[in-house]
Formats: sequence, structure tokens, C-alpha cells
Amino acid sequence: MSGLSINAITKRFGDFAAVDDVTLAVPHGSFVCLLGPSGCGKTTLLRMIAGLEEPSAGAIVLDGEDITTLPTHKRSLGMVFQSLALFPHLTVGDNIAYALRIRGAPKQDQRKRVEELLSMIHLSGFADRPVTKLSGGQRQRVAIARALALSPKLFLLDEPLSALDAKLREAMQVELRQLQQRLGITTIVVTHDQREAMTMADLVVVMGKGKILQAAPPIEIYRKPADAFVADFIGITNLLPVETDGAGRSSVLGAAVPELACPSGTTKATISIRPEDVRLTTPGRGTLDGTVTFVRDLGGTIETFVEAGGMTITAVATPRERPDVQVGQTVGVLLPAENCVVVKS
Amino acid sequence: MRREPPKTAADYAPLAFPALMLIVFFVVPFSIMIAVSFFKRDPAGFYKPAFVFDNYARFLSAFFGEVLGFSLMLAVTVAACCIVIAFPFTYLLTRRPRRVQTLWLVGLLSVLSLSEVIIGFAWSTLLSRTAGITNLLVAIGLMDQPVALLPTFGAVLTGMVYQALPYTILVLYPALVRLDPTLTEAARTLGASPVRAFFNVTVPALRNTIVATLIMVFVFALGSYLLPQILGRPRHWTLSVLITDQAIYQSNMPFAAAMAVFLVLISLSLVGLTLLVGRRENAA
Repeated sequence: MSGLSINAITKRFGDFAAVDDVTLAVPHGSFVCLLGPSGCGKTTLLRMIAGLEEPSAGAIVLDGEDITTLPTHKRSLGMVFQSLALFPHLTVGDNIAYALRIRGAPKQDQRKRVEELLSMIHLSGFADRPVTKLSGGQRQRVAIARALALSPKLFLLDEPLSALDAKLREAMQVELRQLQQRLGITTIVVTHDQREAMTMADLVVVMGKGKILQAAPPIEIYRKPADAFVADFIGITNLLPVETDGAGRSSVLGAAVPELACPSGTTKATISIRPEDVRLTTPGRGTLDGTVTFVRDLGGTIETFVEAGGMTITAVATPRERPDVQVGQTVGVLLPAENCVVVKS
Repeated sequence: MRREPPKTAADYAPLAFPALMLIVFFVVPFSIMIAVSFFKRDPAGFYKPAFVFDNYARFLSAFFGEVLGFSLMLAVTVAACCIVIAFPFTYLLTRRPRRVQTLWLVGLLSVLSLSEVIIGFAWSTLLSRTAGITNLLVAIGLMDQPVALLPTFGAVLTGMVYQALPYTILVLYPALVRLDPTLTEAARTLGASPVRAFFNVTVPALRNTIVATLIMVFVFALGSYLLPQILGRPRHWTLSVLITDQAIYQSNMPFAAAMAVFLVLISLSLVGLTLLVGRRENAA
């Protein structure tokens, strides 16, 4: 198979399994985001792909070749580190040319490639500057260019944008995605920022405690989260308990939601419903009745917090469909069954 | 973090004590020594105040030139050996678990507690024919009969490197600990083998630290006067040995002072030159 496949990879540090029996196929040319809270094993997995950590078990296969034990410097990859790891003693040009210099490429070819890459990252004419004199965003670009100098098969990035401020980070996400699509390079990014993952990835892999919890396209992860953890980690969600009686009728917080289908045999489950799917109406006409406890008007969106049955339900609306509610008011909450996803809790 | 420069006299107050110490214990004695170097020797007593250049003139001979040259060469060699051994060692040490690092550092610190005399006699035993390490080599069949490895230049060098090594490691350690380990990892992902990454990333990234350490060990080795006498022949004696000899045994204080001043000037100019070259290269 063309692309990267990770077969039952495990990495143990003593008794602790940082990565626990992970299997993942990354098709050639795709953009994968490893997403999860800190300590979930995503960086360890990336470092094993790079060869910087040796797996305790399992295999890593790149384009049909088993690279599990191949030393890092013999793998065809480019990596961007969280700290960027630009060589402080070299200029921008020498940093980018490092991989070419190591392989003894002629000086002329090196200079040509450096110019090509610098124009790709919009930093033409920066070749002779010391890297220490660059801004955060510029250093970021240089690190990307350096990793791509040899047109590697795999492009790995470990929390690459975490050092940038919010605006620049959003811009770089778009830029990075466009660059990846232009080059068609297989890319794996480690991040803990779900917005970043949603912006860039073809495939989002949510990890927790060393295991893959769900691997799917971003919108599918958002719409159909596999479990409560994923639902909560990706975006904002309402997690509500649902009960099913013997006849298969479901009820949420004591209010019947007849169209909601729960897996047969379960009596108790959890549903996830996104705030933008929750609608507010007049009391008695919704699924549930509750009291508005807070209204957060952000201009672009309006968040309403409603307390019902001991839980706080968040509803998000745009100003156009502005819900005319005030704190303390009783409202009806509509939970459309088609937007409710039953998740493992 | 950027601090405001001191403005009032009170801001300089913390410097008063160290400044006083430096003046009393360094500037004053050194000035006296400079003055003495121009005095005239009095064979009957000690010396007479005068202003003559005889002591410096006497120094400008082939013999003393050779000794000076040897002293500088020895100090440079010791410094180079120390860096070559200590840098990779410290680099590998910083990559070990914390506990292992502590054990090694405690061990190294304990070497510092040994006096130069003890180090000298320990090595003279170790390198001797009767009780030295060659007996071990004979025992395992690598040599036919034990030999004496001293007094030789190699013995002097070994002793001095042994003495200076802990200092070298302790000076290099903080810089190497702080070095971002992802620098070498980045080099490896770009196709450099671990050894190559060490030489063209780790070493150049710490160039300034290495130069500073070289200078420190150089100055340290320049002052050594016991080990060359214990482990070497008279032709391995350094200028420091001759200074001691003149000052203590020949009672020729003015000449000893002149040699000392000369040694200080030479080493200061060498250090200055190194820093100047370093700065120019950094700017380029």
C-alpha cells in the first residue's frame, strides 16, 4: 500500500504504556491530525514514526517498506519540532540547506533549492540573515522550509503552531493546509487544538490514554462522535443522560423524545447534542422546560444557558434567529432527535 | 528579562565588598609585584628599590624563551585534551537519567578535593615500573616486563589533564544541560547520523562555551608547577616552576616578579586574541 501504515504499535516506558496497540492507515498525500489532551501519547506516536523513539511492539510501514527499526537519518522525512529547533549558529539559508549539505549536494544546487523554498514561504532575500533575528512567524516558515528541502515522503509536525499568537496561528493553519495540498505530501500533525485539526486535516485521529478513540474526517468526528470524551473534546457539546423503557421509548431528563432510537438492550445511555442544534421555544412546546440562567451575547453568536432537570444545557444561535430570552425566564428546550447522537459514556 | 541599569551611587553598593576584596587581595599585591619587577636584586639581603630593566632583559634569552614556549604549549595541549575528552563525556552524561548524572557529578567533585600533591604522587606510583599499571599489562600478557612511564611528557600531560578534567566538565555541564535536545533530533530527521549531528550541530551551537572553557583550562594549566616537577624531567618544567625556584630558592624576587608579570601579559594577550577572533567570526 502506498502511504504510511502503523500496525499495532505499542510504546511502554516502564509499566506505563504511552501508546497502546495503535493501528492506523495514512493514505498517500493525506493530511492527518493526531489530536488529544496532553499525555495521550500523540507526540510519542509521532516520534516513533520519525524514528526518534523505538516502538516496544508493532510495525511501521512506509510505501510497503518496513521502517520500524530504520534509523531516523535514513528515513525520508521532514519534521518540524515544537521548539522549531532551528540551528542557532547558521543563517536562514544554511538552515534550509542543511539536509542538502549533509548529502553533499553541489553548492549551486543548494543555493537554487534554498531560493525556491524561500520564495515558497514568502521570505525571498532572507537567506543570509541569522535565524535569531527572525520573528516567530518567520522562524516557523523557515522550520517548514528546512523540513521540506529534500521533498520527503513524510512531513511530520509536532505542535508546530503553538508558539504563535492566535491570529497568526489561524493564518498559518490555512497556509500550511494550502502548502500541503499544493505539494501533495503525506502530512501528520500533532496538536491539542481542535480548531487547528478541523481546519487542516483530511483525517482527525482523536487519542486518549495511548489509544485511538476515533479516526474519521473532521466533520464526521464533529457530527458523529464515537464517545462522550470525543464529543466533549471536539467543539462544545451537551452531554445528557437518556433512559429507555421496556417498550423502547426514550426520555431525556424525564421528558420523552419518542423519535430517539437507542441501541437495543440498553436502558441508560448518554446523548450528545451540539449547542447550535438545540432550539428554544415557548414553555410546554419543547421537549423539556427549563430556566434561563445566563445569556452570553458575543455579537456573532448568542449562547444561552438553560437549567433543566438539574443539568445545564447550552444553546447557540445567530443574531438573525435571536432568541428573545432573558435570565430567569422559563423556556421550552427542543432537542431534535435527528441531531442527537447516542455515545458511549 | 531586562533590568534597568544602575543609576545612583547606592545602586552600586552591592559591588563595594567584592571590589574591596579584589583591591586588597589582587590589585595591591599585583601592583607590588610589578614594582618589584623593576627593583634591583641585593645579593646580601633581598632587593633594593630602583627602576631598572635588568630583570626583563635577563629574561629575553633563548633558555627562558624556550621555557615560556613550552609552558604555553603544555597549557594549550592540556586545554585541548580536556575539551576533547570532557565535551563528548558531558554531552553523553546529560542524556542519562538524573540519578546517574548526580552520581557522576558527586564523583567528579570528590576529585576536586584532592590536592595537587596527592594527584602527583598517585600518578607517579601508577606510572612507575615497580607498582604501576604496566604490571597489570604484564599480568594479562600484553607486555613482557613492566616499564617506567615517567618522568615523561606524557606523564606530565596525564596528571595535568586528570587534575583539570573535573573543572572542565563542571563548566561545560550547565551549557550542555540547557542545550535543546531537539536540535540534534532535527539534524537526524534531516539526514545526519548521530555522530555527524554531534559534530555539526551540538559542537558549533556551543562554540562560545567551548572557547570560554578552553581559556579557563589554559589559564588553570599555566599556573601548575608541582605536577611538572613530580612527573616530568627538568626540560618539562614550566615557567611557573622557574618562578617558584627564583622566588623561593634563589631569593631573586625581582627576577621572579618580572617573569610572573611577563607570563600574565602573554596569557592575557592570548586570551584577548582568542576572544577577538571569536567575535569577528560571530559577526561574519
